[in-house]
Amino acid sequence: MDNKEKRRLKQKIVFGAVRLSSAVVVASLFAIIFFIFAKGWSAINWEFLTQAPRNAMTEGGIFPAILGTFYLTIGAILVAMPLGIATAIYLTEYSNEGKIVKIIRNGINNLAGVPSIVFGLFGLAFFVIFLNFRASILSGSLTLGFLILPVIIGATEEALKTVPLSYREASLALGGTKWQTIYKVVLPCALPGILTGAIIGIGRAAGETAPIIFTAATFYTTRLPKSIFDEVMALPNHIYVMATAGTHIEETRQIQYGTALVLIALVMVLNAGAIIARYRFRKKLKGE
Amino acid sequence: MNGTFIKNISINVQKNVQSVKDHNQGRNGGSFRDKITVKDLNFYYGETLCLKNINMSIKERNVTAFIGPSGCGKTTFLRTLNRMNDLIRSTRAEGTVLIDGENIYDPKIDVVDLRKKVGMVFQKSNPFPKSIFDNVAYGLRINGINDKNIVEQKVEESLKSAALWHEVKDNLNKSALSLSGGQQQRLCIARAIAIDPEIILMDEPASALDPLSTAKIEELIFALKEKYTIIIVTHNMQQAARISDYTAFFYIGSLIEYDKTIKIFTNPSIKQTEDYVTGRFG
Repeated sequence: MDNKEKRRLKQKIVFGAVRLSSAVVVASLFAIIFFIFAKGWSAINWEFLTQAPRNAMTEGGIFPAILGTFYLTIGAILVAMPLGIATAIYLTEYSNEGKIVKIIRNGINNLAGVPSIVFGLFGLAFFVIFLNFRASILSGSLTLGFLILPVIIGATEEALKTVPLSYREASLALGGTKWQTIYKVVLPCALPGILTGAIIGIGRAAGETAPIIFTAATFYTTRLPKSIFDEVMALPNHIYVMATAGTHIEETRQIQYGTALVLIALVMVLNAGAIIARYRFRKKLKGE
Repeated sequence: MNGTFIKNISINVQKNVQSVKDHNQGRNGGSFRDKITVKDLNFYYGETLCLKNINMSIKERNVTAFIGPSGCGKTTFLRTLNRMNDLIRSTRAEGTVLIDGENIYDPKIDVVDLRKKVGMVFQKSNPFPKSIFDNVAYGLRINGINDKNIVEQKVEESLKSAALWHEVKDNLNKSALSLSGGQQQRLCIARAIAIDPEIILMDEPASALDPLSTAKIEELIFALKEKYTIIIVTHNMQQAARISDYTAFFYIGSLIEYDKTIKIFTNPSIKQTEDYVTGRFG
Protein backbone atom coordinates (compact mmCIF):
# COMPACT_ATOMS: atom_id res chain seq x y z
CA MET A 1 0.00 0.00 0.00
CA ASP A 2 2.68 2.44 1.08
CA ASN A 3 4.95 1.23 -1.65
CA LYS A 4 2.21 1.60 -4.22
CA GLU A 5 1.63 5.22 -3.28
CA LYS A 6 5.31 5.90 -3.39
CA ARG A 7 5.53 4.54 -6.89
CA ARG A 8 2.56 6.59 -7.97
CA LEU A 9 4.08 9.72 -6.54
CA LYS A 10 7.35 9.01 -8.29
CA GLN A 11 5.52 8.58 -11.56
CA LYS A 12 3.69 11.83 -11.06
CA ILE A 13 6.91 13.71 -10.38
CA VAL A 14 8.61 12.29 -13.46
CA PHE A 15 5.63 13.00 -15.68
CA GLY A 16 5.46 16.51 -14.31
CA ALA A 17 9.14 17.10 -15.00
CA VAL A 18 8.87 15.73 -18.53
CA ARG A 19 5.83 17.86 -19.29
CA LEU A 20 7.46 20.94 -17.85
CA SER A 21 10.57 20.42 -19.98
CA SER A 22 8.62 20.27 -23.20
CA ALA A 23 6.55 23.25 -22.12
CA VAL A 24 9.73 25.26 -21.55
CA VAL A 25 11.00 24.33 -25.01
CA VAL A 26 7.80 25.33 -26.76
CA ALA A 27 7.44 28.46 -24.65
CA SER A 28 10.94 29.70 -25.46
CA LEU A 29 10.35 29.13 -29.18
CA PHE A 30 7.13 31.14 -29.03
CA ALA A 31 8.80 33.81 -26.90
CA ILE A 32 11.51 34.33 -29.52
CA ILE A 33 9.06 34.51 -32.38
CA PHE A 34 6.71 36.76 -30.45
CA PHE A 35 9.51 39.08 -29.39
CA ILE A 36 10.88 39.44 -32.92
CA PHE A 37 7.41 39.85 -34.33
CA ALA A 38 6.37 42.49 -31.81
CA LYS A 39 9.53 44.53 -32.26
CA GLY A 40 10.00 44.08 -35.98
CA TRP A 41 6.50 44.12 -37.40
CA SER A 42 6.27 47.91 -37.64
CA ALA A 43 9.39 48.00 -39.83
CA ILE A 44 7.83 45.77 -42.47
CA ASN A 45 6.30 47.45 -45.47
CA TRP A 46 6.49 47.12 -49.21
CA GLU A 47 9.45 49.46 -49.52
CA PHE A 48 11.33 47.54 -46.82
CA LEU A 49 10.96 44.30 -48.76
CA THR A 50 11.72 45.64 -52.22
CA GLN A 51 14.24 48.47 -51.90
CA ALA A 52 17.92 48.74 -51.10
CA PRO A 53 19.04 50.47 -47.89
CA ARG A 54 19.58 54.21 -48.01
CA ASN A 55 21.09 56.91 -45.85
CA ALA A 56 23.57 54.76 -43.92
CA MET A 57 21.02 51.95 -43.47
CA THR A 58 18.60 54.11 -41.52
CA GLU A 59 16.12 54.23 -44.39
CA GLY A 60 15.05 52.16 -47.36
CA GLY A 61 14.76 48.39 -47.41
CA ILE A 62 16.70 45.17 -47.28
CA PHE A 63 15.91 43.60 -50.64
CA PRO A 64 19.55 42.88 -51.61
CA ALA A 65 20.05 41.04 -48.32
CA ILE A 66 16.88 38.97 -48.80
CA LEU A 67 18.01 37.97 -52.28
CA GLY A 68 21.56 37.27 -51.09
CA THR A 69 20.45 34.98 -48.27
CA PHE A 70 18.05 33.23 -50.63
CA TYR A 71 20.87 32.54 -53.11
CA LEU A 72 23.33 31.46 -50.42
CA THR A 73 20.84 29.08 -48.83
CA ILE A 74 19.79 27.47 -52.09
CA GLY A 75 23.46 27.26 -53.08
CA ALA A 76 24.38 25.58 -49.79
CA ILE A 77 21.60 23.02 -50.24
CA LEU A 78 22.72 22.34 -53.83
CA VAL A 79 26.25 21.72 -52.55
CA ALA A 80 25.35 19.69 -49.49
CA MET A 81 22.52 17.47 -50.77
CA PRO A 82 24.36 15.54 -53.50
CA LEU A 83 27.55 15.23 -51.45
CA GLY A 84 25.72 14.32 -48.25
CA ILE A 85 23.34 11.83 -49.84
CA ALA A 86 26.18 10.16 -51.73
CA THR A 87 28.24 9.87 -48.54
CA ALA A 88 25.31 8.45 -46.60
CA ILE A 89 24.66 5.90 -49.36
CA TYR A 90 28.28 4.87 -49.27
CA LEU A 91 28.27 4.52 -45.49
CA THR A 92 25.01 2.59 -45.15
CA GLU A 93 24.73 0.63 -48.39
CA TYR A 94 28.18 -0.02 -49.78
CA SER A 95 30.74 -0.08 -47.03
CA ASN A 96 31.42 -2.82 -44.53
CA GLU A 97 31.53 -1.56 -40.98
CA GLY A 98 35.31 -1.47 -40.87
CA LYS A 99 38.15 0.84 -40.01
CA ILE A 100 37.68 3.20 -42.93
CA VAL A 101 34.02 3.73 -42.12
CA LYS A 102 34.94 4.43 -38.52
CA ILE A 103 37.40 7.09 -39.66
CA ILE A 104 34.80 8.65 -41.98
CA ARG A 105 32.17 8.65 -39.26
CA ASN A 106 34.56 10.27 -36.81
CA GLY A 107 35.40 12.83 -39.45
CA ILE A 108 31.74 13.68 -39.95
CA ASN A 109 31.10 13.96 -36.23
CA ASN A 110 34.08 16.24 -35.84
CA LEU A 111 32.93 18.32 -38.78
CA ALA A 112 29.63 18.81 -36.96
CA GLY A 113 31.49 20.09 -33.92
CA VAL A 114 33.70 22.61 -35.70
CA PRO A 115 32.78 26.21 -34.75
CA SER A 116 31.22 28.07 -37.63
CA ILE A 117 33.87 30.80 -37.60
CA VAL A 118 36.42 28.12 -38.41
CA PHE A 119 34.36 27.18 -41.45
CA GLY A 120 34.45 30.85 -42.36
CA LEU A 121 38.23 30.98 -42.12
CA PHE A 122 38.56 27.74 -44.06
CA GLY A 123 36.30 29.15 -46.76
CA LEU A 124 38.40 32.29 -46.88
CA ALA A 125 41.66 30.38 -47.17
CA PHE A 126 40.49 27.71 -49.59
CA PHE A 127 37.64 28.99 -51.77
CA VAL A 128 38.22 32.73 -51.67
CA ILE A 129 42.02 32.82 -51.87
CA PHE A 130 43.37 29.46 -52.98
CA LEU A 131 40.72 28.68 -55.62
CA ASN A 132 40.37 32.39 -56.29
CA PHE A 133 36.56 32.40 -56.22
CA ARG A 134 36.83 35.68 -54.28
CA ALA A 135 34.14 36.66 -51.80
CA SER A 136 31.12 35.48 -53.76
CA ILE A 137 27.90 33.51 -53.75
CA LEU A 138 29.95 30.52 -54.87
CA SER A 139 32.44 30.71 -51.99
CA GLY A 140 29.69 31.36 -49.47
CA SER A 141 27.49 28.52 -50.74
CA LEU A 142 30.37 26.07 -50.67
CA THR A 143 31.33 27.11 -47.13
CA LEU A 144 27.75 26.91 -45.87
CA GLY A 145 27.30 23.64 -47.77
CA PHE A 146 30.19 22.05 -45.88
CA LEU A 147 28.81 23.43 -42.64
CA ILE A 148 25.46 21.66 -43.07
CA LEU A 149 26.95 18.49 -44.58
CA PRO A 150 26.90 16.52 -41.29
CA VAL A 151 23.21 17.31 -40.84
CA ILE A 152 22.35 16.05 -44.32
CA ILE A 153 24.52 12.94 -43.94
CA GLY A 154 23.04 12.11 -40.54
CA ALA A 155 19.43 12.53 -41.67
CA THR A 156 20.00 10.56 -44.86
CA GLU A 157 21.70 7.70 -43.03
CA GLU A 158 18.83 7.45 -40.58
CA ALA A 159 16.34 7.54 -43.45
CA LEU A 160 18.17 4.81 -45.39
CA LYS A 161 18.28 2.59 -42.33
CA THR A 162 14.51 2.71 -41.95
CA VAL A 163 13.91 1.26 -45.43
CA PRO A 164 13.00 -2.40 -44.81
CA LEU A 165 15.47 -5.06 -45.90
CA SER A 166 12.57 -6.87 -47.58
CA TYR A 167 12.33 -4.12 -50.24
CA ARG A 168 15.99 -4.50 -51.04
CA GLU A 169 15.65 -8.29 -51.21
CA ALA A 170 12.63 -8.03 -53.50
CA SER A 171 14.51 -5.82 -55.92
CA LEU A 172 17.68 -7.92 -55.91
CA ALA A 173 15.66 -11.12 -56.36
CA LEU A 174 14.20 -9.61 -59.53
CA GLY A 175 17.66 -9.28 -61.00
CA GLY A 176 18.19 -5.69 -59.92
CA THR A 177 21.74 -4.49 -59.45
CA LYS A 178 22.69 -2.90 -56.18
CA TRP A 179 22.59 0.56 -57.71
CA GLN A 180 19.18 -0.01 -59.34
CA THR A 181 17.91 -1.19 -55.97
CA ILE A 182 19.22 1.90 -54.24
CA TYR A 183 18.12 4.33 -56.91
CA LYS A 184 14.67 2.94 -57.68
CA VAL A 185 13.56 1.50 -54.35
CA VAL A 186 15.64 2.60 -51.38
CA LEU A 187 16.06 6.30 -52.18
CA PRO A 188 12.39 6.99 -52.98
CA CYS A 189 11.44 5.35 -49.67
CA ALA A 190 14.04 7.39 -47.81
CA LEU A 191 13.13 10.68 -49.47
CA PRO A 192 10.87 12.04 -46.69
CA GLY A 193 13.65 11.50 -44.14
CA ILE A 194 16.21 13.07 -46.45
CA LEU A 195 13.97 16.10 -46.85
CA THR A 196 13.84 16.46 -43.08
CA GLY A 197 17.62 16.81 -43.22
CA ALA A 198 17.23 19.44 -45.92
CA ILE A 199 14.78 21.37 -43.76
CA ILE A 200 17.18 21.49 -40.83
CA GLY A 201 20.01 22.38 -43.21
CA ILE A 202 18.05 25.28 -44.71
CA GLY A 203 17.47 26.81 -41.29
CA ARG A 204 21.09 26.44 -40.36
CA ALA A 205 22.50 27.80 -43.63
CA ALA A 206 20.16 30.79 -43.80
CA GLY A 207 20.92 31.88 -40.25
CA GLU A 208 24.69 31.56 -40.11
CA THR A 209 26.79 34.71 -40.06
CA ALA A 210 30.34 33.68 -39.27
CA PRO A 211 30.91 31.43 -42.32
CA ILE A 212 29.84 34.13 -44.78
CA ILE A 213 31.53 37.17 -43.26
CA PHE A 214 34.75 36.48 -45.15
CA THR A 215 33.43 34.41 -48.00
CA ALA A 216 30.33 36.02 -49.44
CA ALA A 217 28.72 38.82 -47.52
CA THR A 218 29.34 42.45 -48.13
CA PHE A 219 28.42 45.27 -45.82
CA TYR A 220 26.57 47.31 -48.36
CA THR A 221 25.76 47.12 -52.02
CA THR A 222 22.86 48.34 -54.10
CA ARG A 223 24.00 46.26 -57.06
CA LEU A 224 22.12 42.98 -57.25
CA PRO A 225 24.26 39.93 -58.01
CA LYS A 226 24.51 38.97 -61.67
CA SER A 227 26.53 35.79 -61.34
CA ILE A 228 27.69 33.32 -58.70
CA PHE A 229 30.99 35.20 -58.59
CA ASP A 230 29.38 38.32 -57.18
CA GLU A 231 29.35 39.40 -53.55
CA VAL A 232 25.97 39.73 -51.89
CA MET A 233 24.39 41.24 -48.84
CA ALA A 234 22.88 38.68 -46.47
CA LEU A 235 20.26 38.99 -43.75
CA PRO A 236 22.18 37.64 -40.73
CA ASN A 237 25.23 39.64 -41.68
CA HIS A 238 23.07 42.71 -42.17
CA ILE A 239 21.67 42.40 -38.65
CA TYR A 240 25.13 41.84 -37.22
CA VAL A 241 26.61 44.84 -38.97
CA MET A 242 23.76 47.18 -38.07
CA ALA A 243 23.79 46.06 -34.46
CA THR A 244 27.56 46.30 -33.93
CA ALA A 245 29.46 48.29 -36.49
CA GLY A 246 27.24 51.02 -37.80
CA THR A 247 27.27 54.61 -36.71
CA HIS A 248 23.50 54.53 -36.16
CA ILE A 249 23.04 51.49 -33.97
CA GLU A 250 20.14 52.93 -31.98
CA GLU A 251 18.40 54.48 -34.98
CA THR A 252 18.40 51.22 -36.90
CA ARG A 253 17.12 49.09 -34.01
CA GLN A 254 13.72 48.71 -35.57
CA ILE A 255 15.23 47.78 -38.92
CA GLN A 256 17.35 45.17 -37.17
CA TYR A 257 14.25 43.50 -35.73
CA GLY A 258 12.45 43.83 -39.03
CA THR A 259 15.36 42.11 -40.74
CA ALA A 260 15.32 39.31 -38.17
CA LEU A 261 11.61 38.86 -38.79
CA VAL A 262 12.19 38.66 -42.54
CA LEU A 263 14.96 36.09 -41.98
CA ILE A 264 12.62 33.89 -39.95
CA ALA A 265 9.91 34.30 -42.57
CA LEU A 266 12.32 33.42 -45.38
CA VAL A 267 13.42 30.25 -43.61
CA MET A 268 9.78 29.35 -43.07
CA VAL A 269 8.96 29.87 -46.74
CA LEU A 270 11.91 27.74 -47.86
CA ASN A 271 10.99 25.08 -45.33
CA ALA A 272 7.36 25.13 -46.41
CA GLY A 273 8.45 24.00 -49.86
CA ALA A 274 10.39 21.07 -48.42
CA ILE A 275 7.60 20.21 -45.97
CA ILE A 276 4.99 20.13 -48.73
CA ALA A 277 7.24 17.91 -50.84
CA ARG A 278 7.82 15.62 -47.86
CA TYR A 279 4.09 15.42 -47.17
CA ARG A 280 3.40 14.43 -50.77
CA PHE A 281 6.09 11.74 -50.82
CA ARG A 282 4.93 10.31 -47.50
CA LYS A 283 1.39 10.11 -48.75
CA LYS A 284 2.50 8.37 -51.90
CA LEU A 285 4.59 5.86 -49.95
CA LYS A 286 1.73 5.06 -47.64
CA GLY A 287 -0.43 4.45 -50.66
CA GLU A 288 -3.07 7.05 -49.97
CA MET B 1 -5.33 -38.03 -33.31
CA ASN B 2 -2.50 -39.07 -35.52
CA GLY B 3 -4.73 -41.57 -37.24
CA THR B 4 -7.14 -38.96 -38.53
CA PHE B 5 -4.30 -36.70 -39.44
CA ILE B 6 -2.68 -39.38 -41.55
CA LYS B 7 -6.03 -40.21 -43.08
CA ASN B 8 -6.60 -36.60 -44.01
CA ILE B 9 -3.19 -36.35 -45.50
CA SER B 10 -3.53 -39.53 -47.47
CA ILE B 11 -6.85 -38.39 -48.89
CA ASN B 12 -5.18 -35.19 -49.94
CA VAL B 13 -2.26 -37.08 -51.35
CA GLN B 14 -4.53 -39.36 -53.31
CA LYS B 15 -6.34 -36.38 -54.77
CA ASN B 16 -3.02 -34.90 -55.52
CA VAL B 17 -1.71 -38.08 -57.08
CA GLN B 18 -4.68 -38.18 -59.41
CA SER B 19 -4.07 -34.64 -60.49
CA VAL B 20 -0.36 -35.23 -60.78
CA LYS B 21 -1.15 -38.09 -63.13
CA ASP B 22 -3.45 -35.89 -65.20
CA HIS B 23 -0.87 -33.22 -65.13
CA ASN B 24 1.94 -35.45 -66.21
CA GLN B 25 0.07 -37.29 -68.88
CA GLY B 26 -0.51 -34.03 -70.66
CA ARG B 27 3.22 -33.45 -70.53
CA ASN B 28 5.22 -36.11 -72.37
CA GLY B 29 4.17 -38.91 -70.09
CA GLY B 30 5.86 -37.36 -67.10
CA SER B 31 9.50 -37.52 -68.03
CA PHE B 32 11.13 -34.43 -66.69
CA ARG B 33 14.71 -33.26 -66.89
CA ASP B 34 16.69 -32.40 -63.80
CA LYS B 35 16.61 -28.62 -63.62
CA ILE B 36 18.78 -28.23 -60.55
CA THR B 37 21.49 -30.56 -59.34
CA VAL B 38 23.07 -29.95 -55.96
CA LYS B 39 26.33 -31.71 -55.20
CA ASP B 40 28.05 -31.87 -51.81
CA LEU B 41 26.74 -28.51 -50.71
CA ASN B 42 27.92 -27.20 -47.35
CA PHE B 43 26.91 -23.83 -46.07
CA TYR B 44 28.39 -21.83 -43.23
CA TYR B 45 27.22 -18.89 -41.15
CA GLY B 46 30.55 -17.70 -39.83
CA GLU B 47 32.09 -20.92 -38.54
CA THR B 48 28.77 -22.70 -38.00
CA LEU B 49 28.00 -25.38 -40.53
CA CYS B 50 24.28 -25.15 -41.16
CA LEU B 51 23.82 -27.15 -44.33
CA LYS B 52 25.62 -30.47 -44.32
CA ASN B 53 26.58 -32.17 -47.50
CA ILE B 54 23.35 -31.72 -49.43
CA ASN B 55 22.92 -33.78 -52.59
CA MET B 56 19.74 -33.68 -54.62
CA SER B 57 18.26 -33.14 -58.05
CA ILE B 58 15.13 -31.13 -58.66
CA LYS B 59 12.88 -31.84 -61.62
CA GLU B 60 11.85 -29.15 -64.03
CA ARG B 61 8.21 -28.08 -64.09
CA ASN B 62 7.35 -29.86 -60.89
CA VAL B 63 6.60 -28.59 -57.44
CA THR B 64 9.20 -29.62 -54.89
CA ALA B 65 8.44 -28.97 -51.24
CA PHE B 66 11.04 -28.53 -48.50
CA ILE B 67 9.73 -29.48 -45.08
CA GLY B 68 11.26 -29.79 -41.65
CA PRO B 69 11.19 -28.22 -38.22
CA SER B 70 12.24 -24.59 -37.69
CA GLY B 71 15.95 -24.05 -37.97
CA CYS B 72 16.53 -27.17 -40.07
CA GLY B 73 18.08 -25.15 -42.88
CA LYS B 74 15.32 -25.39 -45.46
CA THR B 75 15.05 -21.64 -45.98
CA THR B 76 18.83 -21.27 -46.01
CA PHE B 77 19.01 -23.98 -48.64
CA LEU B 78 16.28 -22.31 -50.70
CA ARG B 79 18.25 -19.07 -50.60
CA THR B 80 21.42 -20.77 -51.81
CA LEU B 81 19.60 -21.49 -55.07
CA ASN B 82 19.46 -17.84 -56.13
CA ARG B 83 22.39 -16.79 -53.97
CA MET B 84 20.30 -14.52 -51.78
CA ASN B 85 22.52 -15.58 -48.91
CA ASP B 86 25.28 -13.53 -50.53
CA LEU B 87 23.61 -10.53 -48.89
CA ILE B 88 24.37 -11.85 -45.44
CA ARG B 89 27.89 -11.11 -44.31
CA SER B 90 30.28 -13.88 -43.34
CA THR B 91 28.34 -16.66 -45.03
CA ARG B 92 30.05 -19.17 -47.27
CA ALA B 93 28.92 -21.95 -49.57
CA GLU B 94 31.02 -24.97 -50.59
CA GLY B 95 30.16 -27.48 -53.27
CA THR B 96 28.24 -27.03 -56.48
CA VAL B 97 24.73 -26.09 -57.47
CA LEU B 98 24.12 -26.76 -61.13
CA ILE B 99 21.22 -25.08 -62.85
CA ASP B 100 20.86 -26.35 -66.41
CA GLY B 101 24.33 -27.77 -66.00
CA GLU B 102 25.93 -24.47 -64.99
CA ASN B 103 27.47 -24.06 -61.54
CA ILE B 104 25.91 -20.95 -60.04
CA TYR B 105 28.75 -20.66 -57.52
CA ASP B 106 31.28 -20.37 -60.33
CA PRO B 107 33.00 -16.97 -59.91
CA LYS B 108 32.24 -16.22 -63.56
CA ILE B 109 28.49 -16.33 -62.93
CA ASP B 110 26.70 -12.99 -62.83
CA VAL B 111 24.26 -13.13 -59.89
CA VAL B 112 22.05 -10.56 -61.57
CA ASP B 113 21.50 -12.94 -64.51
CA LEU B 114 21.05 -15.84 -62.12
CA ARG B 115 18.30 -14.05 -60.21
CA LYS B 116 16.46 -13.17 -63.40
CA LYS B 117 16.30 -16.86 -64.09
CA VAL B 118 15.52 -17.89 -60.51
CA GLY B 119 12.70 -15.75 -59.12
CA MET B 120 11.71 -15.59 -55.49
CA VAL B 121 8.56 -15.05 -53.45
CA PHE B 122 9.13 -14.23 -49.79
CA GLN B 123 7.43 -15.30 -46.61
CA LYS B 124 6.10 -11.87 -45.85
CA SER B 125 4.64 -10.22 -48.93
CA ASN B 126 6.89 -7.34 -49.83
CA PRO B 127 5.40 -5.21 -52.59
CA PHE B 128 7.19 -1.92 -53.16
CA PRO B 129 5.37 1.20 -51.98
CA LYS B 130 4.52 1.92 -55.59
CA SER B 131 1.43 1.39 -57.71
CA ILE B 132 0.21 -2.11 -58.60
CA PHE B 133 1.30 -1.53 -62.18
CA ASP B 134 4.75 -0.26 -61.24
CA ASN B 135 5.32 -3.23 -58.97
CA VAL B 136 4.81 -5.73 -61.76
CA ALA B 137 6.62 -3.53 -64.28
CA TYR B 138 9.61 -3.09 -61.97
CA GLY B 139 11.48 -6.21 -63.06
CA LEU B 140 10.91 -5.40 -66.73
CA ARG B 141 12.09 -1.83 -66.41
CA ILE B 142 15.27 -2.62 -64.52
CA ASN B 143 16.03 -5.12 -67.24
CA GLY B 144 15.80 -2.37 -69.81
CA ILE B 145 12.32 -3.09 -71.17
CA ASN B 146 10.67 0.32 -71.37
CA ASP B 147 8.44 0.03 -74.43
CA LYS B 148 5.04 1.06 -73.09
CA ASN B 149 3.03 -1.48 -75.08
CA ILE B 150 5.26 -4.40 -74.18
CA VAL B 151 5.29 -3.44 -70.50
CA GLU B 152 1.51 -3.04 -70.39
CA GLN B 153 0.96 -6.35 -72.12
CA LYS B 154 3.41 -8.13 -69.86
CA VAL B 155 1.89 -6.64 -66.71
CA GLU B 156 -1.57 -7.78 -67.76
CA GLU B 157 -0.30 -11.26 -68.64
CA SER B 158 1.53 -11.62 -65.34
CA LEU B 159 -1.41 -10.42 -63.27
CA LYS B 160 -3.63 -12.88 -65.13
CA SER B 161 -1.19 -15.72 -64.49
CA ALA B 162 -1.16 -14.76 -60.82
CA ALA B 163 -4.97 -14.84 -60.77
CA LEU B 164 -5.12 -11.23 -59.67
CA TRP B 165 -6.06 -9.41 -62.86
CA HIS B 166 -9.82 -9.40 -62.35
CA GLU B 167 -9.48 -7.97 -58.87
CA VAL B 168 -7.15 -5.11 -59.78
CA LYS B 169 -7.59 -4.32 -63.48
CA ASP B 170 -9.53 -1.13 -62.75
CA ASN B 171 -7.11 0.04 -60.07
CA LEU B 172 -3.68 -0.50 -61.57
CA ASN B 173 -2.54 2.92 -60.42
CA LYS B 174 -3.56 2.36 -56.83
CA SER B 175 -0.83 1.70 -54.33
CA ALA B 176 0.07 -1.94 -53.90
CA LEU B 177 -0.09 -1.40 -50.15
CA SER B 178 -3.85 -0.88 -50.39
CA LEU B 179 -4.32 -4.55 -51.33
CA SER B 180 -5.15 -7.28 -48.83
CA GLY B 181 -2.43 -9.62 -47.58
CA GLY B 182 -3.43 -12.41 -49.96
CA GLN B 183 -3.63 -10.04 -52.91
CA GLN B 184 -0.24 -8.57 -52.03
CA GLN B 185 1.30 -12.03 -52.08
CA ARG B 186 -0.24 -12.79 -55.47
CA LEU B 187 1.06 -9.44 -56.65
CA CYS B 188 4.53 -10.51 -55.55
CA ILE B 189 4.09 -13.69 -57.56
CA ALA B 190 2.98 -11.65 -60.57
CA ARG B 191 6.02 -9.44 -60.11
CA ALA B 192 8.27 -12.49 -60.00
CA ILE B 193 6.85 -14.10 -63.15
CA ALA B 194 6.79 -10.88 -65.16
CA ILE B 195 10.46 -11.29 -66.02
CA ASP B 196 9.98 -14.88 -67.24
CA PRO B 197 12.05 -16.77 -64.72
CA GLU B 198 12.47 -20.50 -65.17
CA ILE B 199 12.49 -21.36 -61.50
CA ILE B 200 10.40 -19.81 -58.73
CA LEU B 201 11.52 -20.16 -55.12
CA MET B 202 8.78 -19.67 -52.55
CA ASP B 203 9.62 -19.24 -48.90
CA GLU B 204 6.46 -20.11 -46.94
CA PRO B 205 4.40 -17.93 -49.27
CA ALA B 206 1.13 -18.60 -47.49
CA SER B 207 2.21 -18.72 -43.87
CA ALA B 208 0.86 -15.27 -43.09
CA LEU B 209 -2.42 -15.71 -44.96
CA ASP B 210 -5.93 -16.81 -44.05
CA PRO B 211 -7.20 -20.18 -45.35
CA LEU B 212 -9.05 -18.72 -48.34
CA SER B 213 -6.06 -16.73 -49.54
CA THR B 214 -3.90 -19.78 -48.91
CA ALA B 215 -6.17 -21.89 -51.11
CA LYS B 216 -5.86 -19.32 -53.88
CA ILE B 217 -2.07 -19.34 -53.66
CA GLU B 218 -2.05 -23.13 -53.74
CA GLU B 219 -4.25 -23.24 -56.83
CA LEU B 220 -1.96 -20.75 -58.38
CA ILE B 221 1.14 -22.81 -57.63
CA PHE B 222 -0.57 -25.78 -59.18
CA ALA B 223 -1.27 -23.84 -62.36
CA LEU B 224 2.17 -22.29 -62.51
CA LYS B 225 4.05 -25.58 -62.59
CA GLU B 226 2.92 -26.02 -66.20
CA LYS B 227 5.55 -23.48 -67.03
CA TYR B 228 7.87 -23.05 -64.08
CA THR B 229 9.97 -25.19 -61.80
CA ILE B 230 8.66 -24.42 -58.34
CA ILE B 231 10.36 -24.99 -55.03
CA ILE B 232 8.40 -24.20 -51.92
CA VAL B 233 9.41 -24.14 -48.29
CA THR B 234 6.49 -24.85 -46.03
CA HIS B 235 5.72 -25.54 -42.39
CA ASN B 236 2.32 -26.83 -43.31
CA MET B 237 2.59 -30.52 -44.11
CA GLN B 238 -0.89 -30.74 -45.52
CA GLN B 239 0.07 -28.00 -47.88
CA ALA B 240 3.15 -29.90 -48.96
CA ALA B 241 1.02 -32.99 -49.48
CA ARG B 242 -1.59 -31.08 -51.45
CA ILE B 243 0.56 -29.20 -53.88
CA SER B 244 3.94 -30.83 -54.30
CA ASP B 245 5.15 -33.62 -56.55
CA TYR B 246 8.36 -34.16 -54.61
CA THR B 247 9.12 -33.55 -50.97
CA ALA B 248 12.44 -33.14 -49.22
CA PHE B 249 12.62 -33.52 -45.46
CA PHE B 250 15.38 -31.59 -43.69
CA TYR B 251 16.53 -31.96 -40.13
CA ILE B 252 19.31 -29.97 -38.42
CA GLY B 253 20.99 -29.00 -41.66
CA SER B 254 20.83 -32.40 -43.31
CA LEU B 255 18.64 -33.71 -46.06
CA ILE B 256 17.09 -36.76 -44.40
CA GLU B 257 14.81 -38.04 -47.10
CA TYR B 258 13.80 -36.90 -50.56
CA ASP B 259 11.27 -38.67 -52.68
CA LYS B 260 7.94 -38.42 -54.42
CA THR B 261 5.50 -36.65 -52.14
CA ILE B 262 3.16 -39.64 -51.98
CA LYS B 263 6.02 -41.82 -50.80
CA ILE B 264 7.15 -39.37 -48.13
CA PHE B 265 3.66 -39.01 -46.70
CA THR B 266 2.42 -42.58 -46.94
CA ASN B 267 5.45 -44.79 -46.79
CA PRO B 268 8.61 -42.95 -45.83
CA SER B 269 11.81 -45.00 -45.72
CA ILE B 270 13.30 -43.33 -42.71
CA LYS B 271 11.88 -43.34 -39.21
CA GLN B 272 12.65 -39.66 -38.59
CA THR B 273 10.63 -38.64 -41.63
CA GLU B 274 7.72 -40.74 -40.51
CA ASP B 275 7.83 -39.24 -37.04
CA TYR B 276 7.82 -35.76 -38.49
CA VAL B 277 5.07 -36.15 -41.07
CA THR B 278 2.82 -37.89 -38.58
CA GLY B 279 3.33 -35.06 -36.15
CA ARG B 280 5.24 -36.98 -33.52
CA PHE B 281 7.84 -34.22 -33.33
CA GLY B 282 8.65 -30.90 -34.94
